[in-house]
Amino acid sequence: MSTELKETNTDFEVRSLDAVCINESELRHSWWYNLKYLIAGVLFGIILVKSEVISWFRIQEMFRLQSFHMYGVIGSAVAVGIISVWLIKRYNAKTIHGEKITLHPKPFSQGQIYGGLLFGFGWAITGACPGPLFALIGNGTLVIIVTLLSAVAGTWVYGRLREKLPH
Amino acid sequence: MHSIQQPWPWYVAGPLIGLMVPLLLFMGNKTFGVSSSLRHLCAACFPFDISFFKYQWKKEIWNLVFVAGIVLGAWLSYQFLSDQQPVQVNSKLANELSGYRISDYSHLAPAEIFNWNNLLTVKGLLFMVAGGFLVGFGTRYAGGCTSGHSIAGLSNLQWPSLVATICFMAGGFIMANFILPYLLKL
Repeated sequence: MSTELKETNTDFEVRSLDAVCINESELRHSWWYNLKYLIAGVLFGIILVKSEVISWFRIQEMFRLQSFHMYGVIGSAVAVGIISVWLIKRYNAKTIHGEKITLHPKPFSQGQIYGGLLFGFGWAITGACPGPLFALIGNGTLVIIVTLLSAVAGTWVYGRLREKLPH
Repeated sequence: MHSIQQPWPWYVAGPLIGLMVPLLLFMGNKTFGVSSSLRHLCAACFPFDISFFKYQWKKEIWNLVFVAGIVLGAWLSYQFLSDQQPVQVNSKLANELSGYRISDYSHLAPAEIFNWNNLLTVKGLLFMVAGGFLVGFGTRYAGGCTSGHSIAGLSNLQWPSLVATICFMAGGFIMANFILPYLLKL
């Protein structure tokens, strides 16, 4: 890591509390290495649309216990995820670039309760969590651009008020 | 091709979503999650000297590339992988929604609510603007969303992610069953 990065990157604490992506890769790649994440995103976007988990109607069914679909999707996704992570740890798997795969714990904060409830409210109103907001825009419901910008504003206001909120 | 164009059942879609976790780990040690992209957008566009937004967002650019991919993938599905059929919903829900004059199932979100003409009405502001604000504020306060907590966090057996997931569901239950009926009547 360059000294410049060390000097400017002062919030490892904050990042480990809040960002989901805290793994520090020591490898430096050309920009086009990031294109593989575009492909991953394309796959995820297709799955989100084709499974209809981005549908406001499916979300209403879920919260009214009128359909098993969403529970089946989330439940089987978690099951596959647990097995995958267990195998990765069991065999000390490496990335395609040869780095050891590391997973970080999610520390508890009261924000998971208060923020979780607030997000739940928003999820039921908009019928979308952050991934589906992006997917709905791609799927042609362009007015969701406003909802996405509002979500960015919500994130910004959280950052602004962060020190005053209970954690 | 026909079965691809139809909506995918949960037992196909769920495991595929679960595989996003190892896919991103193998690609470059990345933890699956979407809501951080909103924070990176703040950090990139309007950090305003707020410590929460002062970090090396360029190191997290993979996450912004990933969400750009979601938009592109959703567009590809719409263009090439869709049978353009209306969404099939539970008849109880359809009955309830018809009472709120919602009957257009041609899009994944009801066109009677989510449209440009509605944007500056009370109902439109609540559903499209206030709802989005809660999603952005709540996910960041909770430290993750459905993907970061409910999928990635639970996959790594993190109990705080279970707390978060239970609260997501509790908030959704309260809103959908006790508050939303009043908002839909507006």
